Order: sequence, then C-alpha cells, then structure tokens
Amino acid sequence: MLKKVRRRYLALKIDSEETFGSRDFMGAVWDAVSRLYGEYGASQTGLALIDYDTEKKFAIIRTVHTTVDKVRAALASITRIGDKPVAIHVLKISGTIKALHKKIKQ
Amino acid sequence: MKRNFADLHLRPDLRNSELVIRMIRKASELGYCLIAIPFPQNFPEERIRKLQNICREYKTDFVSRVDLKPQTSNELIRSLRKLRRRFEIIAVICESKHVARQAAKDRRVDLLNFSFYSPRKRFFDKAEAELASNALASLEIDVKPLLTLEGPTKIRLLSSLRREVAIAEAFHIPIVISSGASNELLMRKPRETAALASLFDLEKVSAMKAISENSMAIVKRNKEKLSPNFVAPGIRLIRRGEDC
Repeated sequence: MLKKVRRRYLALKIDSEETFGSRDFMGAVWDAVSRLYGEYGASQTGLALIDYDTEKKFAIIRTVHTTVDKVRAALASITRIGDKPVAIHVLKISGTIKALHKKIKQ
Repeated sequence: MKRNFADLHLRPDLRNSELVIRMIRKASELGYCLIAIPFPQNFPEERIRKLQNICREYKTDFVSRVDLKPQTSNELIRSLRKLRRRFEIIAVICESKHVARQAAKDRRVDLLNFSFYSPRKRFFDKAEAELASNALASLEIDVKPLLTLEGPTKIRLLSSLRREVAIAEAFHIPIVISSGASNELLMRKPRETAALASLFDLEKVSAMKAISENSMAIVKRNKEKLSPNFVAPGIRLIRRGEDC
C-alpha cells in the first residue's frame, strides 16, 4: 500500500550581512544536499521552497519527515552562497505551516 | 529535561576584541551555556577575567583552555606540570605518535585533538584508545573542517572520523564535539552540530551527549580539582576553622 508522505516544514534564518535571491538560496541548499548525499539522496528529500523573505533573511522550506536530519546537516554545511559567506540556522520545525507560524510567534 | 550545551573550542583571533565579543554573543544566541577559548600559555590573567565578565553579561559560563602542541613527550610533560593548575581545560594537539601516546595515558590531559589535514597524522587507533580508556582523556572532534574542507580531503577526513568514532565507542572513550570556529559564521546550533556528526556515523543520542554531558563533565571535574577545597578525588574540605 502506498504510504502517506509526512511532511516537515523548516523555518530558516539566513545569517549574513548580504542579501540573496530565492533562486541563489535554493541553489545553495540543493547543492549542499547533493554534495553530501548524492543525487539519489537528494531525490529522497522532496525539498521545496515555501516562503522566502529577502529583507528579513527568513525562509520556509519543506521536506519529508524521514530526511529532516539529512537536510539539517546539509543546511549546516552551507558556508557560502555564491562568493558571500553565510550561515543558515534552523529556527523551528513543524508538521504544518500553520503550526510553524504559531511556533515562530511564541 | 533541558540539556546544557557547551562549545569547548571557540578560536577567535584574541587581538580582535570585537570579534571575540561577537562570538560570545553568538554562542549565547545559539543556545550554548558554556564556552571555552584557548589562550596562549602566557596570556595575562586579567584579560581572561575580563572575558569571563563579558560572558557573564551574555549569561554564558566561560572556562579557560590551553592547546598544547608539543614536539616531544618530555616537552608535553613539562608543559603539563607548568600549566595544569592555570587552565581549566588542557587539550593536546597530537602531531606525533609519541606525543599522542603520552597524552592518552596522562591523567592531566582532558582532550586529544588531531590534525584534520593529514589522515596520516591522526593517531587515534586501538592502542591509543586503550591508553586513553585507563586515563581521563576524551577525543575531541572539531566541526570547522567539515564546513571548510572540500572534495577528497573532506572525504578522507570523514572516513578517518568514522573509524575513530567506532574505536572510541568500543573503548568507552568520551567524545567531545566542538566548533573550532574562528568566526561567528562558522558557529552552528547544538542540533545542527549533532546533525553534522551523523556524517561520521555518530548516532544522534551520542552526538547530543558529545556537545553536552561529556563536555560538562570535563569542566565540572576540573573546576572541582582547581577549587582550593579539593584534597584528592572524592575528598574535599567541607569547613575550615578552630572548631573542626
């Protein structure tokens, strides 16, 4: 029987003095995941960008619940976007976007 | 139960006091309640105390640390004799096998650290672990090289770390994971550090222990030993005075 996909939403803070476009940001995330786990591993993560705020340096991405730790490790391994130094920190994780926003506000 | 996290290896340039303060603030923001910064052997006490006060402002505990890089085992013994009572944490960066063996069996050494550039200079094998298991030394792994190295060098490092972690666990040697960060963008949250530890097959529970309990245990043990009331392991002065 086909298993229901359980998703996880990750609220991220982009720690850098520079600002980045959403394409550059997601490119860096995909690059980090595929560098650490290969194309096969990256394909299992089901990564998608849900929300991105350039000014606030804030993003929400979606992944599958089984690969949260892999994505967390990949995000932690990002030190640059393009040539600019950066660190990405996971603020909160939740199963729904609504709950995630609630957690962030707390 | 809430865990207390520690980063025992922040490496800011001590000449840049702004950077030091920024890193202390960042450590506090990321959720660390204890940090250690390695100092040169002749670093003035008053500057260490000043840093302690800054850490207190950010509600973070601070311990002093020295990184020894001796060329011979005799040099290591001499340094340990001189510095053990001055610093709360003593780490030895083992660049030769003789030094690594001496450091592993000496009970005054807290952390064993190895070069991450060359796998040939990583001397943490079964013999080293056997010696360390009879002493008090822990294996320290810095996260910084995992972030900065690329390609074959990083692959070789991960492979060495995987082997070393397996040996350490087999011989019950505590593992301590530190950031080794030289600027605030190389610092990571405790959970992120634990996630990075999965790259060398350290399980999540053990990784969390490596950034909390194991580090805290070293600091607690050494603070106790450096206290003026310490007599011997398990014996300490409770009260002074004529009525004792």
